[in-house]
Amino acid sequence: MEDTFIIRGIEFKSRLWVGTGKYKDFDETRRAIEASGADVVTVAVRRTNITDRKSENLLDFIDPKKYKILPNTAGCYNVADALRYSRLAREAGISDLIKLEVIGDEKTLFPDNIGLLEATEILAKEGFIVLPYTTDDPVMAKRLVDAGAAAVMPLAAPIGSGLGIRNPYNLKIILEQATVPIIVDAGVGTASDVAIAMELGCDAVLLNTAIAGAKDPIMMAMAMKHGVLAGRMAYKAGRIGKKLYATASSPFEGML
Amino acid sequence: MKLTINGETVENIKAQTVSELLAELNIVQGRVAVEVNLSVIKRAEHEAFQLKDGDVVEIVNFVGGG
Repeated sequence: MEDTFIIRGIEFKSRLWVGTGKYKDFDETRRAIEASGADVVTVAVRRTNITDRKSENLLDFIDPKKYKILPNTAGCYNVADALRYSRLAREAGISDLIKLEVIGDEKTLFPDNIGLLEATEILAKEGFIVLPYTTDDPVMAKRLVDAGAAAVMPLAAPIGSGLGIRNPYNLKIILEQATVPIIVDAGVGTASDVAIAMELGCDAVLLNTAIAGAKDPIMMAMAMKHGVLAGRMAYKAGRIGKKLYATASSPFEGML
Repeated sequence: MKLTINGETVENIKAQTVSELLAELNIVQGRVAVEVNLSVIKRAEHEAFQLKDGDVVEIVNFVGGG
């Protein structure tokens, strides 16, 4: 059963997107991504090692023909840096996709939404397909779309925290008003967290640490794949309403 | 010539263009992005783009990230 979604004409087959950071080595990265079934992987942009040219390259392990490469601007704390990294990322890669991060605080890694909005507008005008990482604020989500965001990526909880969906009600409001795909980004810890995101109606979930930091990353990648599928199917199936009292499942008729 | 490459001063560079610089550094051209004095140099321009003494060059590629 095909269940794809589209961002600016690009079709996405998997609703689980994964990061490539924090793995033991590139081989583990490759195996975890394969096990997750993701078709989008995020990468960071960093200086090439010019003295040790024998060092391995991530793209030797992650085939850009098989996966959509989504570069991020992680580590950027102001608009100028975010623009600079985005432009370099587009040149190093093959698409206009950018996961835009403008970080506002070192301890929480919460986004600086004011800078994010400004950078989104500039990059959208330059033809980028901007996917901004933002807080779970419905008003901000709207403003980002007005500024040209192709999708909005609200956080579940701080990056790498594993706290899960901390504000499902805000996400629900964001989803209700959404005119672009909504992808929960950051903070999920385990398979039930991604299932909750999907049950709320999110279009996809992006995670990294929850897999890379698990005791068995490959098994956790599989768990996440199933969590996303389970949550998505439950969302489409339409859950029962919650009630305070019981309703019998067995008939009264025919009782002795 | 002397260039600043990825924050380090590198002397005796023989390359005159971006293409030649990547070759001199043994870097596969298709996988990196190059910036000279804060401007991104597009891949199609690597061959023609002339470097000059004192240029600040950044060469980046993709690494694991979330």
